[in-house]
Amino acid sequence: MIGGLFIYNHKGEVLISRVYRDDIGRRQAADSAIFSSSGLPLEERLRNAVDAFRVNVIHARQQVRSPVTNIARTSFFHVKRSNIWLAAVTKQNVNAAMVFEFLYKMCDVMAAYFGKISEENIKNNFVLIYELLDEILDFGYPQNSETGALKTFITQQGIKSQHQTKEEQSQITSQVTGQIGWRREGIKYRRNELFLDVLESVNLLMSPQGQVLSAHVSGRVVMKSYLSGMPECKFGMNDKIVIEKQGKGTADETSKSGKQSIAIDDCTFHQCVRLSKFDSERSISFIPPDGEFELMRYRTTKDIILPFRVIPLVREVGRTKLEVKVVIKSNFKPSLLAQKIEVRIPTPLNTSGVQVICMKGKAKYKASENAIVWKIKRMAGMKESQISAEIELLPTNDKKKWARPPISMNFEVPFAPSGLKVRYLKVFEPKLNYSDHDVIKWVRYIGRSGIYETRC
Amino acid sequence: MTDSKYFTTTKKGEIFELKAELNSDKKEKKKEAVKKVIASMTVGKDVSALFPDVVNCMQTDNLELKKLVYLYLMNYAKSQPDMAIMAVNTFVKDCEDPNPLIRALAVRTMGCIRVDKITEYLCEPLRKCLKDEDPYVRKTAAVCVAKLHDINAQLVEDQGFLDTLKDLISDSNPMVVANAVAALSEIAESHPSSNLLDLNPQSINKLLTALNECTEWGQIFILDCLANYTPKDDREAQSICERVTPRLSHANSAVVLSAVKVLMKFMEMLSKDLDYYGTLLKKLAPPLVTLLSAEPELQYVALRNINLIVQKRPEILKHEMKVFFVKYNDPIYVKLEKLDIMIRLASQANIAQVLAELKEYATEVDVDFVRKAVRAIGRCAIKVEQSAERCVSTLLDLIQTKVNYVVQEAIVVIKDIFRKYPNKYESVIATLCENLDSLDEPEARAAMIWIVGEYAERIDNADELLESFLEGFHDESTQVQLQLLTAIVKLFLKKPTETQELVQQVLSLATQDSDNPDLRDRGYIYWRLLSTDPVAAKEVVLAEKPLISEETDLIEPTLLDELICYIGTLASVYHKPPSAFVEGGRGVVHKSLPPRTASSESTESPETAPAGAPSGDQPDVIPTQGDLLGDLLNLDLGPPVSGPPLATSSVQMGAVDLLGGGLDSLMGDEPEGIGGPNFVAPSAATVPANLGASMGSGLSDLFDLTSGVGTLSGSYVAPKAVWLPAMKAKGLEISGTFTRQVGSISMDLQLTNKALQVMTDFAIQFNRNSFGLAPAAPLQIHAPLSPNQTVEISLPLNTVGSVMKMEPLNNLQVAVKNNIDVFYFSTLYPLHILFVEDGKMDRQMFLATWKDIPNENEAQFQIRDCPLNAEAVSSRLQSSNIFTVAKRNVEGQDMLYQSLKLTNGIWVLAELRIQPGNPSFTLSLKCRAPEVSQHVYQAYETILKN
Repeated sequence: MIGGLFIYNHKGEVLISRVYRDDIGRRQAADSAIFSSSGLPLEERLRNAVDAFRVNVIHARQQVRSPVTNIARTSFFHVKRSNIWLAAVTKQNVNAAMVFEFLYKMCDVMAAYFGKISEENIKNNFVLIYELLDEILDFGYPQNSETGALKTFITQQGIKSQHQTKEEQSQITSQVTGQIGWRREGIKYRRNELFLDVLESVNLLMSPQGQVLSAHVSGRVVMKSYLSGMPECKFGMNDKIVIEKQGKGTADETSKSGKQSIAIDDCTFHQCVRLSKFDSERSISFIPPDGEFELMRYRTTKDIILPFRVIPLVREVGRTKLEVKVVIKSNFKPSLLAQKIEVRIPTPLNTSGVQVICMKGKAKYKASENAIVWKIKRMAGMKESQISAEIELLPTNDKKKWARPPISMNFEVPFAPSGLKVRYLKVFEPKLNYSDHDVIKWVRYIGRSGIYETRC
Repeated sequence: MTDSKYFTTTKKGEIFELKAELNSDKKEKKKEAVKKVIASMTVGKDVSALFPDVVNCMQTDNLELKKLVYLYLMNYAKSQPDMAIMAVNTFVKDCEDPNPLIRALAVRTMGCIRVDKITEYLCEPLRKCLKDEDPYVRKTAAVCVAKLHDINAQLVEDQGFLDTLKDLISDSNPMVVANAVAALSEIAESHPSSNLLDLNPQSINKLLTALNECTEWGQIFILDCLANYTPKDDREAQSICERVTPRLSHANSAVVLSAVKVLMKFMEMLSKDLDYYGTLLKKLAPPLVTLLSAEPELQYVALRNINLIVQKRPEILKHEMKVFFVKYNDPIYVKLEKLDIMIRLASQANIAQVLAELKEYATEVDVDFVRKAVRAIGRCAIKVEQSAERCVSTLLDLIQTKVNYVVQEAIVVIKDIFRKYPNKYESVIATLCENLDSLDEPEARAAMIWIVGEYAERIDNADELLESFLEGFHDESTQVQLQLLTAIVKLFLKKPTETQELVQQVLSLATQDSDNPDLRDRGYIYWRLLSTDPVAAKEVVLAEKPLISEETDLIEPTLLDELICYIGTLASVYHKPPSAFVEGGRGVVHKSLPPRTASSESTESPETAPAGAPSGDQPDVIPTQGDLLGDLLNLDLGPPVSGPPLATSSVQMGAVDLLGGGLDSLMGDEPEGIGGPNFVAPSAATVPANLGASMGSGLSDLFDLTSGVGTLSGSYVAPKAVWLPAMKAKGLEISGTFTRQVGSISMDLQLTNKALQVMTDFAIQFNRNSFGLAPAAPLQIHAPLSPNQTVEISLPLNTVGSVMKMEPLNNLQVAVKNNIDVFYFSTLYPLHILFVEDGKMDRQMFLATWKDIPNENEAQFQIRDCPLNAEAVSSRLQSSNIFTVAKRNVEGQDMLYQSLKLTNGIWVLAELRIQPGNPSFTLSLKCRAPEVSQHVYQAYETILKN
């Protein structure tokens, strides 16, 4: 299991160190910061593994070659958030996937408590972080790490304990260990309300000739629930399998919605969803956590609506000049508006000057990014726009050809490129007197570009 | 208020100030001071001097302050064990606190204080907490048992905590169950032999129920534990799989991967014809693909695992090539892994797409990635014949780019393409030769030299090219030197007239001026070959080369199977067994996939080791290789019934040569001393031929016995056990058992080839043993054994071999040879195969003999838990040639008087006392050779209990 957990700043200084197992050198780990300032010989410093991580990974000259590093029979798992390194250390054959999931969770928990993960915030909250680490990792075994539950008894004030009644205490412990660890009892709202966001990112890799090399949508259904009591929810969407199953009963329904149903390649659910029920009946039922959470993730590859098509034309005019023409076409209902459109056209490293002409929006050559960035605020469906540029090159004797990175695009559209539709979200709360009709529900669809690239 | 200020105090005399603040009366000030202490501790300052002052702050009702003090204690208690005792009282008191959070905190922290003296005080509070009414306390206490076990394993066992922990598996709270499972799994790992995690269908059912209810982490613990279980048959395996599959939709990738591990493992037991098998295969693909949309670090873990899964079961992902296409901003570690999987999935159906992608990748920036992409193009050519031409032309395009590392990489793979498709693409040689000067890496240079040597007759200036390399011979790496030597010899054999000088030059460089033994030996061999028999030299050096395999970088099947058992863990990320990177005793338990047998018999037998048990199950009976080697090397491995033994005296190390059977081993084993030009090597061709001839004559001795074994009712036959694991025998796995049918003994063998190459030329030989067991016929395996193939064979035995008393008595040492090597193993044969059919003694004779044998020769044994009655016992024993001479009923007890005779004429007399209703029998044995008694008793046990 996880032997120790360390948080470093970008300089490699230890901000947080918590050791769970004896096999990880605790004293040495903690002392490593002194070593670096005092004049100990290098070998002495390298002797302890945690210091070795700094030397071999954080200060490594090369790009990181693997998120798992084995130094002197000690394995380091690291993730980086802005310029903060989180490293889990072990000497055993641990479940590697679990360690990374835990590190991500740790980041989520910290973010939920104090916002952005930065050196400043970590130093400001170090007592809290130690308290959290003590709770969510016991002897290296991850324990309940749902922020909803943690916030009931680990607070930044830290004085709650004395004022708790016995009932409150047992409520906390039963929630932390219980079947529904993500929700506490006795939540009350005057207005029962829920928000559903269908957030999709559409990914594309297209050949210069306009052939789709790969395309997929990875989507998330994010729910914000403000519901009283312990509501039982059921979520329905235009999943092909469900529609076809129901279609057998009512032929009418099939003809209406059958065409609009989508084939979902795979989906995963928040731990509140009853997986065995999904497996047997393909119905999505759950008791939601309070507030915001990610209900499900899914992936589709069939019949994707690609909101934009990019047509590149790159011509090399001699050794010192390039001519680039890029056309983008929007491919959705004319009544809808795409926003925040950005086309990024890479330029060679030896570019000396660029002249751009575009019909719409603004285009600029950014030398520091080696790209022409073309921005359009809004664009309706079924429209077309064009940019042309002349790139002057410095003559070089570099043998290596320019790699021609792909043209990438960013945008946001108000529909789901996968075609996913929310059919219903029913809420039942048998103990309290509000019904499904009393709940105010909001649904929103946002399609964003993921990695949306066209080779040129 | 921010806490970061605590990090900034660096004044002198700070410790004294802190001391004063810690002893302050004001609560707030105290807390501030403790915070400062913790901050100093974090940045690495030594604040252990404050130990007593901090411990004094422990007695507080402020939970936050208490936690801080505990944190300090965990860090420094070990360095100040005596003072740590001061804290014990507070802990013990806190364990009784009405607030469950405080009780749990106390027991959790106490377990982290790794001071021996404290552990004694920990036991009582821990015992209470394990039975606490609050689940939060129980789940914390469960982990604490594992902590305590890590400090003092004996204490945990003595105090009976393990049993309490086992009880927690049936706890009503899922999180308690999960933590108990995690703790037990870890403890069990350090005691591989103990039956701590006694998994049976009932406990498995409990775990599966808890699986649906516990946290994501708990699900991982439970799934990882389930993966260690071996279902008793395919039905059970299927029902567990059905209950595990819903986990594949969990948002947590680790849950998904652990579920995949359970499914991959149990699938081994399902029959491929089953509908369910197909369904399961289909269900596995989507979640694996979904893992690729996780964060990059997890993608990396997933890809390393997919790499294993694709090798084990390529059918799962064969249609999913596109998802492994590299994205421009993937981190480099993800890119490299994706590329690996793309090559594994490449097939005729998708090769066009793959090639187009690879060509793109070859123009990227990262050098390692580009190299791998170029190499991948070559591997595609070798794997998919239809694409070879396109691949070669792509490679030629890449060579034209003149980018140094691209060119070198391309040349290395083109060499392999030449090997795979001889005489097809040689037209490109000219282009390759143009780039000779730019090659600076040994592998590329060696590849180019190989090409020049191999096609010397078509390259006009081959001698010039090779000569140019020769100038800097001593600066080259060994790889290049060896290649250059061989290439020039090839050139000489092809164009002897012009290149005599060159070859002499290289031979003298290699033999006289080099201190590398490999190079020198190879030089000498060539020299002698050329000087004694140029025709033979031509046959040897220019021999037809074996085909190279289509797949490269495959993991050895045995290792692959083991790694499949470790899906999701570090071992699967490193592609190494845990023993390679874990220190000490932990994790060295060798795991293996369950066998694909649905028979209920196999699981009952103690001999078939369940998965997870150590593979070397009987280490005490296997003598060291050294002992065996001495005895066995003196035996010839020819069939003993026919043909004279081979003359081993003519060659100094005859046995080795014979076994190695070829020039390769000759070259490898040539002793340093035998140098000189006069040395005449034994003709490589004659040795295997001799062996083959004598094998052939042996084949004519036919035994009809081999057929029909097992259909006749006869003496008890134990299920086959693995005698020689593939790990120890370069991929050959041998399992077997002994049978006795109508007077003949035979050894039923099952040979499995788990290596990547074909195995041929099998032979078997026994060492001398207590009863003179020897093969009555040679090992008849007619067809070569191709990879993953299994052959069953029954080897008839006789008892006329030479006799030597073994320890233990029924130990049999066996040598098996194939074209790869000779392997040794030893096994214990059950004594009842030696009980002869005419072992029934006359009643009078029995009485007389019983009296005649002195009483000190009598041995008594207890046979427990045998539910049979006297009749059944008698008839069952009779089928194994233990005959009931007489039967009496004394005081309600059945007394059976029995006799048996061994092949060497030793009589054994027995008295078996059976009390109706009591499953324990008493067995008294009398024999003139008392050392057999123990083994006869074991034979009784085996026969009666199976």
